[in-house]
Amino acid sequence: MKFQPVIGLEVHVQLLTNTKIFCGCSTKFGASPNSQTCPVCLGLPGALPVLNRKVVEFAIRAGLATNCTIAEKSVFARKNYFYPDLPKGYQISQYELPICTAGHLDIEGEWGTKRIGITRIHMEEDAGKLVHGDVPGLGSGSGVDLNRACTPLLEVVSEPDLRSADEAVAYLRKLHQIVVYLGICDGNMEEGSFRCDANVSVMPVGSTTFGTRAEIKNVNSFRFVKQAIEYEIERQIDLIEEGGKVVQETRLFDPNSGMTRSMRGKEEAHDYRYFPDPDLVPLVISPDWVEEVELSLPELPDLKRKRYQEELELPAYDAEVLTASRELAEYFEACLALYPQAKPLANWVMGEVTRGLNDSGLAITACPVTPQRLAELLKLIDAGTISGKIAKTVFDEMWQTGQEPAKIVADKGLVQVSDTGEIERIIDEVMAANQGQVEEFRGGKEKVFGFFVGQVMRASKGKANPALVNELLLKKLKG
Amino acid sequence: MKITRAEVEHVARLARLELSAEEAEIFTGQMDAILAYVDKLNELDTTGITPTSHAVPVENAFRADEERPSIGTDNAMANAPDRVDGFFRVPKVIE
Repeated sequence: MKFQPVIGLEVHVQLLTNTKIFCGCSTKFGASPNSQTCPVCLGLPGALPVLNRKVVEFAIRAGLATNCTIAEKSVFARKNYFYPDLPKGYQISQYELPICTAGHLDIEGEWGTKRIGITRIHMEEDAGKLVHGDVPGLGSGSGVDLNRACTPLLEVVSEPDLRSADEAVAYLRKLHQIVVYLGICDGNMEEGSFRCDANVSVMPVGSTTFGTRAEIKNVNSFRFVKQAIEYEIERQIDLIEEGGKVVQETRLFDPNSGMTRSMRGKEEAHDYRYFPDPDLVPLVISPDWVEEVELSLPELPDLKRKRYQEELELPAYDAEVLTASRELAEYFEACLALYPQAKPLANWVMGEVTRGLNDSGLAITACPVTPQRLAELLKLIDAGTISGKIAKTVFDEMWQTGQEPAKIVADKGLVQVSDTGEIERIIDEVMAANQGQVEEFRGGKEKVFGFFVGQVMRASKGKANPALVNELLLKKLKG
Repeated sequence: MKITRAEVEHVARLARLELSAEEAEIFTGQMDAILAYVDKLNELDTTGITPTSHAVPVENAFRADEERPSIGTDNAMANAPDRVDGFFRVPKVIE
């Protein structure tokens, strides 16, 4: 029997606010344990939560960017369970009335373009962090750090529309790109700012009834998501083929073995007894607020890519690379404003600039060659002051010194030689020194032309205008 | 009956309460009486009425995203029965 996997993703997006969702404690990562806490996030009796307005704004942003409907009224609910990282004995989340519903994202791949439904996006608080064994004094116990408790999260729940691990990764990458573009999440998967639970089931091909699903928890890289889902699909198929049954359970992915394993003893915990949190009043979002947020949205990657292809007439590949991150696109656009020739500019940004960043390990925002300088350099090429080849030397120099290209060209004597007489003189010398090759060329062996171009360029230290060299060389060789 | 003894035991387990057999029996009777009393509300016709999540007519209480001083690790830990190096210490939990 052939099987069809069915996958839905629940993604937790940690929001880039300064403070927690219901109190004024800092959300900075890496502080000493329990130093960023107060009665609200410690869950002390009598402390009352007050909603951070920025969290709502970020949720509206995410909703609009994923084509959701923004609920006019939404309500916070308590999700009740006991765990040592949850000080109140409940997590404040949203249940029946989430802030965003019924959205979608389009993913591209070998399957063409496919629309993946987004069931809902809701706001909630994160739990604290448990440590085991890393702290010597803990002995046989576990340590609880509540710095992360009450950190604002969005949970983005997809429809079970994904049919392979690759589709799941494509969806995840797209969502990741969007929340980072929106400036609402730093996207750091290792630190847990963007984490994913995957619901995976399989059913016979042609069936319309989904199989029993297993939920794989907290997979913290795109590679692991692919691995975990592929492993889980195979595990379930093997199980069914051997006459077994998939049980609904939570499983944990182990990156070392590449396998998922069952987390036992949590069955009972799934009875969450949600009810509206009486401490938090309903949230009512006016159409004006939604419109205000909509006007503040940046151009999103899909539209940007389309615009680069249609308006700037860039190839699909270039558009994809240049819009991969918002910062790179902003750099490119800052250059474009000063040097409005998209394709040559794209080549430089994807070539020299990207190479320089990779070699030095710098982010584009720290690029030593500013858009202003890069534009000046390209203008020097267009003006014929330097050749494209020399421009690369100048670029490296700019990277090191941050100097303006015109000054580097002047200081190093790199101005392109476009003086016909000067170039002819060099050609004469080269021809005189290579009589044999001249005869070969005249005897019909036109391949040696390249040899002459190389020699002339070298004799001019790369400064001769290549177009002129070609033209004059041909004339002289043909005699 | 509005509630069974098995349900009472389930709810007790969710709340991490250990009930003796007699207690379970007593609470089943008491909870059943409470539920029967509350059930009177179902006699009202609520067709077309939006469910009420909050009793006070207030909406949108916000704070600005501005940092306020935390209370500090020592204060946070003041009532902790057990602590090590700034952590609350609890019996070992393994996922």
